[in-house]
Amino acid sequence: MNSHRTQHMPALALAVSGLLAIGAAAQVPPATLTSPASPEKAPGADGFIERWLLLEPIGVNGLTDSAVQAAVKKEYFPNQFTVIPHDGDKVTAGDAQLTWHAVDTKLYNVNLYHFARALGKPTSDVLFWAVTIVNCPQEMRGVRLAIGSNAASVWWVNGQEVIGIYGDRQTVIDDGVSKRLTLNKGPNIVRAAVINGGGATDFCARFLDAEDKPLKGFTVSVGEVR
Amino acid sequence: MRIRKYALLATVLALASLALALDGQIGIHDPSTVVRCNGKFYTYGTGGSALVSDDGWTWRRGATLPRRGVAPDVIHIGDRYYVYIAANIGAQPKAAINMIWNRTLDPDSPDYKWEEGGVVASSDGIEDCNAIDPGVLLDPTDGRLWLVYGSYIGYIRLVELDPKTGKRLNPNDQPRNLAINCEASDMIYHDGWYYLLAAHGSCCRGADSGYNIRVGRAKKVTGPFLDNDGVDMIQGGGKLFVGSGGRVVGAGHFGLLDLGDGVQKFSMHWEADLDRGGASVLDIRPLLWKDGWPVAGENLKEGAFEIESVRTGTALELAVEGMPVGGPRGRGGRGGGGPGAGPPGAGPGAGAGPGGGGGGRGMFEGQGVVIPPQDVAQVSKNWPVGNIDVRMANYLCQAQQKWAIIAVPNAGGYPGSPYFKITVAGTDRALAATEDAELVVLPAFTGGPEQLWRMDQLADGAWRIMPKSIPNSKEALVLSAVGSSFATLAKFDPKSEKQRWLFKTP
Repeated sequence: MNSHRTQHMPALALAVSGLLAIGAAAQVPPATLTSPASPEKAPGADGFIERWLLLEPIGVNGLTDSAVQAAVKKEYFPNQFTVIPHDGDKVTAGDAQLTWHAVDTKLYNVNLYHFARALGKPTSDVLFWAVTIVNCPQEMRGVRLAIGSNAASVWWVNGQEVIGIYGDRQTVIDDGVSKRLTLNKGPNIVRAAVINGGGATDFCARFLDAEDKPLKGFTVSVGEVR
Repeated sequence: MRIRKYALLATVLALASLALALDGQIGIHDPSTVVRCNGKFYTYGTGGSALVSDDGWTWRRGATLPRRGVAPDVIHIGDRYYVYIAANIGAQPKAAINMIWNRTLDPDSPDYKWEEGGVVASSDGIEDCNAIDPGVLLDPTDGRLWLVYGSYIGYIRLVELDPKTGKRLNPNDQPRNLAINCEASDMIYHDGWYYLLAAHGSCCRGADSGYNIRVGRAKKVTGPFLDNDGVDMIQGGGKLFVGSGGRVVGAGHFGLLDLGDGVQKFSMHWEADLDRGGASVLDIRPLLWKDGWPVAGENLKEGAFEIESVRTGTALELAVEGMPVGGPRGRGGRGGGGPGAGPPGAGPGAGAGPGGGGGGRGMFEGQGVVIPPQDVAQVSKNWPVGNIDVRMANYLCQAQQKWAIIAVPNAGGYPGSPYFKITVAGTDRALAATEDAELVVLPAFTGGPEQLWRMDQLADGAWRIMPKSIPNSKEALVLSAVGSSFATLAKFDPKSEKQRWLFKTP
C-alpha cells in the first residue's frame, strides 16, 4: 500500500503546480528535492535521513525559546503530534488548506526554502512540520538524534520531545543532539517543527550511535507504518 | 544603590584570586616523587618525614622509612617499591645513596617489610660531586633504569641501575656528569625527549629561599641537556619551570605523578607557604606541555567562569530562555533609527522590529550609558523552579551562562585539588550527573557525590571535568560536548577535543 502510493506519486514540482498561493513569488523547481521512487531508503553515506513528509508552511512569528515552544505546541490541525501523513494528504490550519508532500533530498539537508519556493509559499516567518519513519531491524539503544536547522526547531521521537534549539541560527550538522534514547524494533516516528525567521531555511537529521558515529542499519519510509 | 547591586559580582570576582593549597598535614621538605600503592598516595621527605593520602588532596603523617636521610626518591617497578635515600658521611660532600625496597608502602599490609639494597652511588668528599638528592627514571622506551643525583658541590651525575634489583647495574662504570650549579634533580621522558629538572637558587631559608625549578632537554638520556636558549645545563643552563609566586616561595624537588590518559601532575615542595607560617609544604600541580617544554600548570582557583567547549566553542548554559544583557533590543536602522518599542521596564529598545523614525539612537550607538552585568536575581525569576536541562550556546555574557566553581569543604578531593560544586553564579542551582549519564541542574546543591566535580588540567591547558560519581554507576565519565549545543557524560578520550573545556573569566 505504502509502496504503491509512493511509487506513483507525481513529481513535487508538478504536484504543487496548482497550489500557487496568491501573491507569492514565482515558483522555481526544487533543485535539491525529488519525489521518492522506492518504498524505503537507506540513510545517506553520513547517516543523514534523506526522505521526509513535509507540510506546506504555516505562518508564525518569533524564534525565542518561549515563542517557538508556544508556536509548536499550538494545535493547527487535528492529531498534529500523532498523525502519520501520506503524500498528498491535506489538513486545514486556520483558513488555509495545506498539503503534505513526500520528498527525497539529494543532499545531506532538506532545503525548506526550495520546498516552499517551489510551491509559491512564503519562506519567512513560517513553521514547517516534517515527519519520517525510521524502520529498525532490531532495537537500538543508546543512540541520539542529531539535527541542525535554520532556524529554530523542536523534535520528537516516538512522541517524546527530545530536542529544542532556538534563536536565529544556521544549519550546523549535529547542532542539537538528544539525550540517549532507544529506537524500537520496527517503525519509529521522527517528527520535527522547523521555524524560520527570514532568508534561507533547511534542516538535517541523523542518528548517532553510542560512539557518536553516524547510525546506519535502518531504512526510512514515509506513509503508513508497516 | 549601585554598590549594593554589584556586591554579589564583586564577591564572585574576589574569589577568583583564591588559590587552594593541599589540605591536612602537608609539612615536608625535599619530598620524593608521589607514588600510589593500593589506592593511597605516599611521599617521603628529608629527616624521616612521610606523608600519606587517600585521595591526593588531604594528607596525614605516614610511616617513616627505616633509613633516615635527605631527599629520598621512590619508584614502583613490578612488585617492588624502591626507595633511594642519601646521607652525608661526616661533612659534605662525602655522601652515599642507599637503596631500600618493599613490596608495599602500606604499613598495615602483611607484606610490609623493608629490605636493604646497599649503596648505589657515593661521593668521596674530594671529587666534584655530593651524592645526595637522588632521582630515578625508568625509561619507557627501553626499560632501562637511571639514577641522577648531586648537589651544589660539583656535578649532577647519572648512573644506570638494574630494574630487576634496583641496584647499580655496573658498579665500575663511571658516572656521567649532566649538570652543574643545581640540585634536587629528577629526569623524565616525554615524546622523544629526556628532560632533566633541577633546582637552582638556595634552599632552607624559608621565605628567603631562592629555590626555583629549571629544565633542560636532550635526545639521549646521557645528554647534553640544553635549555630553551641552547645553554647546556653543565654550564649552568636551565629554562625556568616553576618559581615563587602568589603566597608561596621557593620551588624544589620535582616529581612526576602520571595519572594515565594523558593526565600528568607533578609534586614539589615550597620552601615557605606564607599562609602556613612560612612552613615548607608539599604541593601537587598540573603538568602541561607547550612547544616541547614542560609547563607548570595551576590547580583551579575558585571563581565565576564561562565554561567553553574546546570542540565547539560554545558555552555551557542552563537551558532557559536568555535575556540580552541590557534588555531586549530591536534590530534598529543603521543610523538614526530609534529603538523599537517594548513593554515598560523591559529594557532599552525592547520589542521587535527595526526602530522607526529619526532622532533616536542607531543600532550601533548603544544605549549611551554603562550597561551593568546581568542581575541573575532578576532574570532568574522566569526560570523553572525544578530541575533544568543543560545545553550549550554562543556565549553572550548572560546570567545562565556564568558558573560559580567553589570548593566543597570536607568532601574529599583528588591529587592537587578538592572537589568543587558548579552552580549558576549567584544561585544555588547545581550541576549534577544523572543516572542515565546525562546532565541536569538541580534547584539547590545538596552535597551528593553526583554534584561534586573534579577538574584536571590537561597537557594543553584545557580542563577535564568529571563528576565524583554517577548514580548507580561505577563508570568514570567526564563532561563531553556532543554536537554543538549539547553536553553529556562520556568516557574520556585523551585524543578528543570533546572532553576539553576552557574556564574563561566572564
